[in-house]
Amino acid sequence: MELVDIARWQFGITTVYHFLFVPLTIGLTLIVAIFETFWLRTKNPDYLRLTKFFGKLFLINFALGLVTGIVQEFQFGMNWSDYSRFVGDVFGAPLAIEGLLAFFLESTFLGLWIFGWDKLPRLVHAACMWIVHLGVLASSWFILAANSWMQHPVGYEYNPETGRAELTDFAAVMFNKVQLVTFPHVVLAAYMSAAAFVIGISAWLYVSKRHGGRVATEEEVAAGEAEAIATTARGERTMYRRGIRISAVIMFVSAIGVIISGDVQGKVMTEVQPMKMAAAEALYETEQSCAPFSVFTIGTPDGQEEKFALTVPCLLSFLGTGSFDGEVKGINELRETYAETYGSDVGATYYTPDDYVPNIPVTYWTFRWMMGFGALGTAGSALVLWLTRRRRDEVVNAAWLGRVGIALPVVTVLASSMGWIFTEMGRQPWVVFGLMTTERGVSPGVSIPEAWISVITLTTLYGVLAVIEVKLLAKTVRKGPEEFVEPPDPGRADHDDDAQLTFAY
Amino acid sequence: MFGLELTTIWFVLIAVLWIGYFALEGFDFGVGMLVPVLARDETERRVMINTIGPVWDGNEVWLLVAGGATFAAFPEWYATLFSGFYLPLLIILVALILRNLSFEYRHKGDTASWRARWDVAMIGGSYVPAVLWGVAFANITAGVPIDADKEFTGTLFTLLNPYALLGGAVTALLFATHGAMFVALKTDGEIRHRARALAVRLGAAAAVVAVVFLTWTQVRTGDLSSAVAFVLAALCLLAGVAAAAAGREGWAFLGTFLTIVLAVAGLFLALFPDVMPSSTSAAYSLTTTNAAATPYTLQIMTWVALVFTPIVIGYQTWTYWVFRKRISTRHIPTAQLTAARD
Repeated sequence: MELVDIARWQFGITTVYHFLFVPLTIGLTLIVAIFETFWLRTKNPDYLRLTKFFGKLFLINFALGLVTGIVQEFQFGMNWSDYSRFVGDVFGAPLAIEGLLAFFLESTFLGLWIFGWDKLPRLVHAACMWIVHLGVLASSWFILAANSWMQHPVGYEYNPETGRAELTDFAAVMFNKVQLVTFPHVVLAAYMSAAAFVIGISAWLYVSKRHGGRVATEEEVAAGEAEAIATTARGERTMYRRGIRISAVIMFVSAIGVIISGDVQGKVMTEVQPMKMAAAEALYETEQSCAPFSVFTIGTPDGQEEKFALTVPCLLSFLGTGSFDGEVKGINELRETYAETYGSDVGATYYTPDDYVPNIPVTYWTFRWMMGFGALGTAGSALVLWLTRRRRDEVVNAAWLGRVGIALPVVTVLASSMGWIFTEMGRQPWVVFGLMTTERGVSPGVSIPEAWISVITLTTLYGVLAVIEVKLLAKTVRKGPEEFVEPPDPGRADHDDDAQLTFAY
Repeated sequence: MFGLELTTIWFVLIAVLWIGYFALEGFDFGVGMLVPVLARDETERRVMINTIGPVWDGNEVWLLVAGGATFAAFPEWYATLFSGFYLPLLIILVALILRNLSFEYRHKGDTASWRARWDVAMIGGSYVPAVLWGVAFANITAGVPIDADKEFTGTLFTLLNPYALLGGAVTALLFATHGAMFVALKTDGEIRHRARALAVRLGAAAAVVAVVFLTWTQVRTGDLSSAVAFVLAALCLLAGVAAAAAGREGWAFLGTFLTIVLAVAGLFLALFPDVMPSSTSAAYSLTTTNAAATPYTLQIMTWVALVFTPIVIGYQTWTYWVFRKRISTRHIPTAQLTAARD
């Protein structure tokens, strides 16, 4: 393998892995903040128990999201130094601002939230998690602005003297039209993922024989404990149902937003990266109007020849242009257009003449899987809302709630990963669309053995950490939420500030 | 802006970010390094780890912002440095990953072997970056082989020269001293006294090695300003050690804090106006001008930094105020509570 391939594999592996944790961080900060706020308002112990329980699961996730994020920032310089030199003037600023505005906020206020139960007045404590959420949103804004610039570079000028892209309009980069649709799409999809996570775990606990589904054994019945056990279990189910309802509403509303923003995104993409849209459908020949969308195809992997396809007439035209008889350009025509546009002249040193076509099977299938898993998630959240519709502790069909619940986090995670793989692979061969090909971005000074050491080390380490993380999550979930204990209230005059720490490592 | 070149302002700001990183994460590296030395049992270990519990993450963000700001303000510096120092940075990354996870995951297991494994991650993960950052900065200051295309042409072994290894010893010893001072300041009971006594001994050792290293640096690349910074750094270290010996822990910690601030500032003063001198030819050196971003980018970043850096310093200071109380073994939740929490 060449250096560029190794570096791409590393970027793919580390980024997809990092993004398993990111959506949970974005969404769980919101959901935990909502639970804590509900507790403050209603004084209902259930909400505090949910806050602490999902707070704990969130922190196990956040730890991995944080450490894998450091790798993200370093590997631009390590593996992609020519890319960094070329784009640093434009791309570096959002990264630096992300650190200054968002990372400090997240890390500091999260530390206050974790350790501050016995130090901060209750309102301030809850506010800390809201501030962390703001930090997370700010972080998403800046990093997505940087990514959107790679998809659709704006607000820059190519300077032939310095041989790099130079920033001319910061606001244009911050409010890139790709960014304006990508941000809601990604953040709302993250809300979906985190809500699905809460639903899945709560649903499992709801039906679990050790928690919400607990029934007295024969000995317990004989000992006269049956009623007490049934009451406790009912109380637990009420609590999980609260968590599920809140999350299902968040998930369903977010899903609608994801669909709408995704629809707009498709049209923006057709306009700024027509090849990506053609690749998403493996559409080789331009369709003047009413381009069909194939739900799936059996044929050659590159989509050149099809044996069987299930298609929806005119749908691709609608996805790409907003009109059922809109024209969608095909790969063959676009290849010629791209060759004319990018084949020579300005900044030619930064790109390799190529056929400008991404890997078609990858784009074709990831596009479908993203939408398919997203649709399953949307339907699942609606189903959960329906199953929990009665204002009681009993849901309509607990077994079904358990099944749907377990499936939801899996499909949302897959949808997010597929979306990113699609949009990044669909941009190829470009690293910055129309400006620099990926091949030109790698570090000239890095040797192939060094790159191998790096990718093998990180992949192995990430694999081991995944096992540890899953075990820790499973262990924490099996234990379920702690019993309610009235937390210390540092806002009160009689607060003992020399007691044992409420939380300690 | 303000009569200063924007590139100079950004050189200073990046120096400030690295100074903040070393002065803050320096003590939490030190705490991690000293856990096996200072703590006699599991409860004392937890006392130590909990002194940095609420703050280590915020401390580490200084590194991320330093990296991001270098990328934005001096893209060429970022590109040459990160691709050139490839393997040491990979090792630092792995060490930081394991160390950070050790804080979060160590207390989540019930068995002694689980904790022992995370202790290895924590201790190793603290030593390795403490040494390697010193090696890296010594190399940056002294210069490394860089060609006309701004590419690093050395190997891993180019970086492991005696001067740089001495730099690694200096940072490791300084951070360990700083960590001991912090433990003495933030704990109570026996461990506080042990930490103070150790801080005095470590501080004396650090002073000897640091004086040799800083003198060497001064002779190689220093000017008057760096000489002043180095002399003040040495004086602060001695004052800190004296304060620790006299039982004045606050002053002692301030002493090592300022030592690190001044020593790193001195390195940056010795570096200026280069950012990465080339040992191949002075003509190939990366400087504040030939490695910089455009004035427009620097201007936007300057405004962002001017508005937000004071806010960040403000709320980080507030965190230290919130968690100002000393921790002793009786504050650590007992086994029963631990079981309930896990």
